[in-house]
Amino acid sequence: MSETSPSTKLLYCRCAYAQVVPQSVKDGVLAKLCDSGAGFESVADLCEMAAHRDERLKAFAESTPIRIAACFPRVVRGLFRQAECSLPEDGVEILNMRVQTIDEVAEGLLKA
Amino acid sequence: MITHTARPLRVVLYEGNGAIALSAPARAQVMAALLDKGYAVTRATAQGASGFPHDDRSLLVLGQFQNQQAPDLEDATGKVTIEARDITGLETLDIVSLVEKARGNKPMNQPGTWKPWFPVIDYSRCTNCMQCLSFCLFDVYGVSKDGKIQVQNNDNCKTNCPACSRVCPEVAIMFPKHQSGPINGEQVNEEDLRREKMKVDISSLLGGDIYARLRDRSEAAKSRFSKERSADKALEERKKCLTKMAQDGFIPAEVLASLPSPDEIMRKAEEAQAKAQAALNGNGNPA
Repeated sequence: MSETSPSTKLLYCRCAYAQVVPQSVKDGVLAKLCDSGAGFESVADLCEMAAHRDERLKAFAESTPIRIAACFPRVVRGLFRQAECSLPEDGVEILNMRVQTIDEVAEGLLKA
Repeated sequence: MITHTARPLRVVLYEGNGAIALSAPARAQVMAALLDKGYAVTRATAQGASGFPHDDRSLLVLGQFQNQQAPDLEDATGKVTIEARDITGLETLDIVSLVEKARGNKPMNQPGTWKPWFPVIDYSRCTNCMQCLSFCLFDVYGVSKDGKIQVQNNDNCKTNCPACSRVCPEVAIMFPKHQSGPINGEQVNEEDLRREKMKVDISSLLGGDIYARLRDRSEAAKSRFSKERSADKALEERKKCLTKMAQDGFIPAEVLASLPSPDEIMRKAEEAQAKAQAALNGNGNPA
């Protein structure tokens, strides 16, 4: 796997407050991230953060280019918008751990 | 609006200069364990940290430092408290204990104690028809200053109840923690639209306009209540009114149990309709 550009930020959501993301996928993606040399940010649950209008979401939204491993893109964009910090159209890639495979998500995150 | 986020510290797993990297499995185990406890964790490597700015007031930096000696760290601005701890030789559980001890008595939201259940509006689909506002009995929805429907009180939402998403004709209401699509945010297809539009005909569930039906039920309940002076009868009536919806899986039984009284339902419905009408009329004031 080629090395991610240092300017591209990586965000991993654990979906820890409800088990809707398959455990094997979120564990597998985390393992691949940990195997890589990349620095990254991980949060317990983006939904929990959005529910509480967590200010860190704003920092994420402003940190493009960014790749997010989480849930359905429609949901992720909706969560950020609802927390009053919409993700920009450009510079944001959302990988969906609910339907994509471990390899698809990891490759999407860690591509050059 | 909810403002009770409690996040006392951010954990940084430091593997940059001056620290020995953990093995990949150990690293993944530690991160998973901390995330599952509700912590945010940054992995910082020789390539750099995550690159995100942060506004955290407390950082706990974990690493396998040289000579097993955690460095003294200080924020140049003085705004952030930084503590460093050496984790050489510690097992995952020990590391979690160390973090918990460092957190001390500071409150923190934790998985398992609450499910983030609330609607999320897909504004690319929403037509601002206000059906959700009119439908929800728990004041989850409101109208923004510029007349747009919005989720204003997610704390009021009843866990596992996705009923409002069923009345949305555009499948624009998502519940991220719902198991199945398209309510979970899955891409909406034509079949979903067709199916959801059928479900939207919620009036058919109750044999007519839902509010008219509720009103009728309320009147009947009131009538009986006045005759029998029985609060229990009124409660029974209220439950009957929406049992059909529950049977169809639209509303969890727990939600039915917490519904307002029929009178309160009517009052809320009228208020919501007035709000919706005002928004649709383009002014902020109910007619």
